[in-house]
Amino acid sequence: MTSVIVSSPYVAQGSTLKRLMIQVIIALLPGTIAYAWYFGPGVIINICLAVLLALAFEAGILKLRAKPVMPHLTDFSAVVAAWLFALCLPMHIPWWLVLVGIGFTMVAGKHLYGGLGFNPFNPAMVGYVVLLISFPREMTTWYLPNSVSGETLSLKEALAYTFGGADIQQWDALSSATPLDQVKTAVAQGITVAEIRLSPVFGEYAGKGWEWIAFWWFIGGLWLLATRTIRWHIPVALLAAVIAMSLLFYLINPETYTSPLFHLLSGAVVIGAFFIATDPVTAATTDTGRIYYGLLIGCLIYVIRVWGGYPDGIAFAVLLANMCVPLIDYYTQPRVYGEK
Amino acid sequence: MPELHHFHGGLVLDGHKTESLARGLQQASLTERLFLPLRQHIGDHNKPRVEIGDRVLKGQVIASDSALICAAVHAPTSGTISAIEDYPVAHPSGKMDTCIIIEVDGDDKAVEPIPVDLDNLNPDEMIELICRAGIVGLGGAVFPTSPKLSRGKAQGIDTLIINGVECEPYITCDDILMRFNAAEVISGSGYLQRILAPRTTYIAIEDNKPEAIAAMAKALAEHPLAGTEIVSIPTIYPSGGEKQLVQILTGKEVPHGQLALDIGVFCQNVGTCAAITHALEKDEPLISRVVTISGDNIAQPGNWEVRLGTPISHLIELAGGYRYGASGQLVMGGSMMGFALSGSKVPIVKATNCIMVMREETIPKSPGYHDECIRCGKCTEVCPAQLLPQQLYWHARAGAYERTQEFHLFDCIECGCCSTVCPSRIPLVQYYRAAKSEIRAAQKAQFKSDRARLRFEFREKRLQLKKQQDEERRRLKREALQKKKAGAGNGKSIEDPVQAALDRVKARKKNAQEDSQ
Repeated sequence: MTSVIVSSPYVAQGSTLKRLMIQVIIALLPGTIAYAWYFGPGVIINICLAVLLALAFEAGILKLRAKPVMPHLTDFSAVVAAWLFALCLPMHIPWWLVLVGIGFTMVAGKHLYGGLGFNPFNPAMVGYVVLLISFPREMTTWYLPNSVSGETLSLKEALAYTFGGADIQQWDALSSATPLDQVKTAVAQGITVAEIRLSPVFGEYAGKGWEWIAFWWFIGGLWLLATRTIRWHIPVALLAAVIAMSLLFYLINPETYTSPLFHLLSGAVVIGAFFIATDPVTAATTDTGRIYYGLLIGCLIYVIRVWGGYPDGIAFAVLLANMCVPLIDYYTQPRVYGEK
Repeated sequence: MPELHHFHGGLVLDGHKTESLARGLQQASLTERLFLPLRQHIGDHNKPRVEIGDRVLKGQVIASDSALICAAVHAPTSGTISAIEDYPVAHPSGKMDTCIIIEVDGDDKAVEPIPVDLDNLNPDEMIELICRAGIVGLGGAVFPTSPKLSRGKAQGIDTLIINGVECEPYITCDDILMRFNAAEVISGSGYLQRILAPRTTYIAIEDNKPEAIAAMAKALAEHPLAGTEIVSIPTIYPSGGEKQLVQILTGKEVPHGQLALDIGVFCQNVGTCAAITHALEKDEPLISRVVTISGDNIAQPGNWEVRLGTPISHLIELAGGYRYGASGQLVMGGSMMGFALSGSKVPIVKATNCIMVMREETIPKSPGYHDECIRCGKCTEVCPAQLLPQQLYWHARAGAYERTQEFHLFDCIECGCCSTVCPSRIPLVQYYRAAKSEIRAAQKAQFKSDRARLRFEFREKRLQLKKQQDEERRRLKREALQKKKAGAGNGKSIEDPVQAALDRVKARKKNAQEDSQ
């Protein structure tokens, strides 16, 4: 009997990278469907385009790096990154912007650092921030949810918009700033929060449509927690920080500072808390460290939103916190068994 | 019942225990030849005490040493020593080691037992008898029992823990032993109590072994021991690890760099207790043990009382042979911490609690390709030593061994929990084992080079000193000579003959010149 010497444990592993990524995709579905429900088929077009481009980039670079292509493509990590990136985009943007963004996500954000597991910055946020800084006009032209404008672009129109065959100007009437942006601009002009809230883009708690999408991200997040795909530390700390910061300033002056509920349900706080900040590769790894990491992101989101130059700050907050991860991890090492 | 505490992490595993529990405790037959490695314990090396051609009796010492951390090896049956040579042994590296090979005569004739007055033995005499019997910890660590007892007795023991936890998958030898020989385990525990005089004794058994718990409770009721409790603990791997078990039962952690003994806790495996009973009551040394044979490639999994030195191939035959043919993998120990064996020639030793006979498909292939670490931290959640396995992996892989030590590499107990939960299927423990051996090798090399440097420097110094001394001696000699010369010159002037001759020549030349003028 000839034996190949392998090392224990000799147990078939249950959880795999692929299964983790599939759980994330499942958790993204309800929010994505709600998003498309309120904002039209542009959302789905963005996701499909981003995913296809990401897979193409991934395959090309893996080939260049002489790495096995299929095992990496089928771990679905590229799909998840592209999906999250696409969700950050305005619902209608030209295809080449998606190409540039995904290019930065996959090449600069991921593979230049050594590929999955080695990137210090959240790749989807790297791609998004590049676009946000380089193409501010396209990246801040958002569209009203159908519940406000009464219509959305049809699939055909949306495709035409994305691939450039149609006159973009004709739908200008549907475009608008996001509720967060409107609040920011208005407060700067001295209008009170109560007055802004009368605008038709606002619903019960936050932006119309937005508030319900946030709810479905939350359901997806609970799924991630229930399947133990992520742990509670980062989302809880992040949401707690946003609530604490917004509550503090809301109590100080409710005329210029919006309510905690508005902050929670606007923009990308919920998806950020459960899906973006929890990217394990770029987050802190110790339990205590994850709490600090989540708190840091939450505080930065609020600071950027209220006093910064951008209406929402998830991407910048996450990237800034990514930089602090080695430090956080080093100083939050757990006590080893038997140590005082 | 003591208040039970938790240890960090751990896993609930598929135990694979029922397969090997169906057939009770079977007696393995003698085979033609036994192969006994000289060293079957952790500690110093033994020397052979027999020569080729010697006839030996069952129970006769065939290898021993006077070192402190040592356990003698005895002949498991009667026969003739046919060779003392290198033979494949149970070792992760698949290495060969010196074995004493006994040609079995089949008489199974034993040496005459020396009767002892057991009731009047003092603790030191009991430890001496245990030492003579070559008893080591049978839970797998094979640390010699007598030096451990001496140290425990000297330091004072508060809590004695009899470990019948057996948390590793596949292994059932302790379970079977407790079911069938509970009385021996209980009386062995009693002897340990006599030696160590602990305040409390816990007999810890995982709650997935109700039959063993019942049998032990019955035996304890028949032979009550003072301050002794049978404690059923939750089935979470690795609760049988000494540090984890101490934490579960006492809530205390064994401080970094210390032993359980140092905090007054003494742990001993149930198999060792039974061996102590044999040694003290029958003067029978450790020459056999219960071995589980299990796995998906063995026809009849079960437990066997096997003589040490029996080749595994014999045990496989007794258990009905291979189920799917003789290809696949043999593993000694359980599926979490066991190690692959080089083949079925390898003999059963004191450490052999279980032989897993696995099909090729069941054993994950050696790691050619694995996904990269995504830092998910699942390994950290399950680590019973509360380490950061993914940081250890990162540094071990990069060869940053100093950093691995900063992250407490040597506190890793190699339980395998991290590797089991890793979604990227990284063989983490393998990286840690490799890093540990690299560090140990470097320390050894450092020690050697330090010693060599010291020797060199000392030699240089010695040579220089010698040179100085030689020079000094020469100088003294020269001075003495000059002094002697000077002393001789004081008496009468001695003319230099060369100078005198030159003077004479000069004078002659001068005269000749004067003559010619």
